[in-house]
Amino acid sequence: MTPLSQYLLVSALLFTIGLAGALTRRNAIMVLIGIELMLNAANLNFIAFWRYGPNPQALTGIMFVIFSIGVAAAEAAVGLALIISIYRHYQTANVDDITSMKG
Amino acid sequence: MTLPFAIIAVLTIASAVAAMTLRDLVHCALSLTVTFAGLAAFYLQLDAQFVGFAQILVYIGAVAILIVFAVLLTRGSEPPLRSIFSSGWTVGVGIAVVVFGVLSRMILSSRLAEPREIPPTPEATVLQIGDQLMSRYVLPLEVVGVLLTAALIGAVIIALREKEALKP
Amino acid sequence: MAWALQNLWLIPALPLLAAALSALAKQRHRKFAASLAIGSLALALILSCVAFVTLLFHSGKGETVRMFHNFEWFRFGDTNVPGTALRLGWVLDPLTAVMLVMVCFVGLLIFIYSLGYMAHDENFTRFFCFLSLFAAAMLGVVIANNLLLLFICWELVGLTSYLLIGFWYHKPSAAAAAKKAFITTRIGDLALLLGMVWLYSQTGTLLFYDNGSGCLEQSTLIKMVAQTTSLGMAVSTGIALLIFCGAVGKSGQVPLHVWLPDAMEGPTPVSALIHAATMVAAGVFLVARVYPLMAISPETVSTALKVVTWVGVLTAVFAASIAVAQNDIKRILAYSTISQLGFMMMGLGVGGIAVGMFHLITHAFFKALLFMGAGSVIHGCHEEQDIRRLGGVRKYMPVTFATYAIGMMALSGVPIFFSGFWSKDDILHSAHAWQVSHWPFYLGLFGALLTAFYMTRQICYVFLGPFRSSGRKEVLTSSHSELDPEPSSRKLSEPPLAGWEPHESPRVMTVPLIILAVMTVLLAFIGTPAWRWFQSFLGEEKLKFDLSALTQPEVLWIMLLATAVAFLGIGLGWWLYGRTPVTKPEEVDVLERIWPDVLTVLRKKYYVDEIYEWSVVGFNAWWAKTCDSLDYWVWNGGIKLLSYAVIGLSWVNRFFDEKVVNFGFDEGCRRVTQGGSLMSRLQDGRVQHYLRVIGFALAVLVLFLIWGCRAS
Repeated sequence: MTPLSQYLLVSALLFTIGLAGALTRRNAIMVLIGIELMLNAANLNFIAFWRYGPNPQALTGIMFVIFSIGVAAAEAAVGLALIISIYRHYQTANVDDITSMKG
Repeated sequence: MTLPFAIIAVLTIASAVAAMTLRDLVHCALSLTVTFAGLAAFYLQLDAQFVGFAQILVYIGAVAILIVFAVLLTRGSEPPLRSIFSSGWTVGVGIAVVVFGVLSRMILSSRLAEPREIPPTPEATVLQIGDQLMSRYVLPLEVVGVLLTAALIGAVIIALREKEALKP
Repeated sequence: MAWALQNLWLIPALPLLAAALSALAKQRHRKFAASLAIGSLALALILSCVAFVTLLFHSGKGETVRMFHNFEWFRFGDTNVPGTALRLGWVLDPLTAVMLVMVCFVGLLIFIYSLGYMAHDENFTRFFCFLSLFAAAMLGVVIANNLLLLFICWELVGLTSYLLIGFWYHKPSAAAAAKKAFITTRIGDLALLLGMVWLYSQTGTLLFYDNGSGCLEQSTLIKMVAQTTSLGMAVSTGIALLIFCGAVGKSGQVPLHVWLPDAMEGPTPVSALIHAATMVAAGVFLVARVYPLMAISPETVSTALKVVTWVGVLTAVFAASIAVAQNDIKRILAYSTISQLGFMMMGLGVGGIAVGMFHLITHAFFKALLFMGAGSVIHGCHEEQDIRRLGGVRKYMPVTFATYAIGMMALSGVPIFFSGFWSKDDILHSAHAWQVSHWPFYLGLFGALLTAFYMTRQICYVFLGPFRSSGRKEVLTSSHSELDPEPSSRKLSEPPLAGWEPHESPRVMTVPLIILAVMTVLLAFIGTPAWRWFQSFLGEEKLKFDLSALTQPEVLWIMLLATAVAFLGIGLGWWLYGRTPVTKPEEVDVLERIWPDVLTVLRKKYYVDEIYEWSVVGFNAWWAKTCDSLDYWVWNGGIKLLSYAVIGLSWVNRFFDEKVVNFGFDEGCRRVTQGGSLMSRLQDGRVQHYLRVIGFALAVLVLFLIWGCRAS
């Protein structure tokens, strides 16, 4: 079996890619996609650790990931609803242009 | 590194990069779907079959579609006129690289990186998962239920088109 | 203790009470104030007579009867240590008794007279209040057994004199005269106070008679005369001279006589009572009271008495000469008073208590009579006081003329029936017998001559000849007139306007005149050499009725000499003024035609006032100005400098506060605001920036933790 570290590296890489996208893309939906990617990377991390951990019989990892998926889905829904609402208000989904919360 | 792992890894990572760098948002969404699929394959490989299928059902079946809907509703399908990257994107990339550097260094230098004994295959059947859900993890289950209800209602309310905001 | 002695204090207390009650009354309660004053003084008179009679029973044996009562006023030390309490008291001896009766009697008559004189004055009540206060104070001076109590009443007398001289205070001349009187007598009083303090320090007591330990008693006096001061004079002489200075001020002796003529600004009853009969006599009374202190000496005649005599002589002649040249009816009498006071002092100096006091008593009566008569003339002639504008008043005011003539004869020394002759004769007799010098005798004769002369002149001007005032405003020629300095043309005197003629005064004013005239005559008989009742009463000698004493050579020839001098004076006066009476007010005085320069000097009162004005008053004004400029420039300047320094300091403080503290603080705040605005740029509302920061922070944090863990 592949060593744990490789799974972890892949997960880290996915996380980084998701982070880079969230930090650099102009469109708000792209930011959300990046966030989804980061969440998925974290899920992968969990499963990897569960499988290679001391007690996989406890199913801890799987439980966590199930909940994580659920929450991520809910969060994606709400986030996209927000983006739609913002788009209706500002006529743009550009994160650069939505600056009314500035201090 | 075994071959299946390598293939799935390359597929996943490539599609992730594509998802983040493509110009058209729909293309991005579709690449994202491929990434989800790759991840599901990973889960299967790691003997987390239920999670893998859940991944496909939820992420590919719901989240990706949702993203596509959102893209369509916000006219993201039209090619953007300006750059797809926001101002100061190099800073973002730099930060991401730094984070990756830190993470990888941590991973590679920890004791986890040494080859070790792999525990035997766990029995992660639906029966067991359900059993765990109803006994040990019943509270999180209920909470997630409430959360999903709230998210549902909230999303509907947020996205509700107000009568006055209607523009001809 | 005799009833009279126990209640002697009532005599001054009753008028004091009357004064207090009238002070509270309103101006319209005229009858109330007047009746209080007259009633209280009448009661005082009765009590004085009782005291006098009490003493009469004890006298006649040739030794002095003296009753006194001392009490403790307050204590300021240990009960057992003597000299730690202030003891006051009153004394009843013949000197006191005669003064009491005289003051009360003359005072009562003058109070009644004032009812008529001040009837038209709106400040009637205030007048009687002050009069009562004066009576109380004067009676207090008379009965005091303690020099301090005497001084207190002395000052009160001075105060009431000031109040009464300046009664018509809205007249600037009256106010100035009152001030002058008060200040001049104050100078004398200062010396009196010094004498008092010295006496107290020497003897430890101010009581006159205190069963042997009083300051006028033999043992104390011997101690005082034995000690000598650094100047070589005996302590008793020094103290006596200082006390005499007080008498000089109050009795108008030279050089402190300047206030008395100006005091004529007051109403005539005031002049009669205070400045003729009683207050000015207080100085003479004081010398008589402390006579033992004055007289005690290892030599035959003490230095103090010598000084008293010479001052008296000088005053007598000085004032009489000035009176010859005066033109105001009251001023003539004022200078006459000063002159007679000089005679009294002379009498005290050469002859002793009885001689001086006899003249004081007789003078009180006839001088009061003369002043009241002058007041009657002034009142009847519509407030005219210049004798050149009067004349022929005899026709219009016969009663006044008759009584005035009696007074004038007494003053001039017409013999036998008039008390003035006998008292002046006594003085001349003692002066002749004085062992130190005969000059007082000769100068006294000269003074008597002048007295007769100026009184005759006054009578001729006022009562004889034609009435010179016509009611029209006449202005007298400039160089010889004191009253109207503007030059004008001569105006012939014209017959008086209808209704302008003088009229006799009402009965309330003439009856006291008559009573005083009668008393003037009666008093003649109590002091003649034949029956020296007065002198024996005062304890000088045994009483015997001996008509042959009149014919003894040394007595007789002085009597004849005095009579001759008096008639000579009267004759001269009649020759110059009576034979050809003055017809016009502008007419120049006869004497002035003869000796214009001498008369000018006399009329200007030897320029004493001018000298004082230039020296003392001028110095005072200069000193006041100097102190004022010192105050303004030096003290004020110093304080101003200090205040400027403080202001400068506060300005520096303000500068520091504004520029440094405020500035620093403001700068700090500005920097904080700038920093804040800088920091707020982090919050630009752009989500991705926030995410980037979070990412960066994550990396940094992890690095720290990992390396931290690794290191430890």
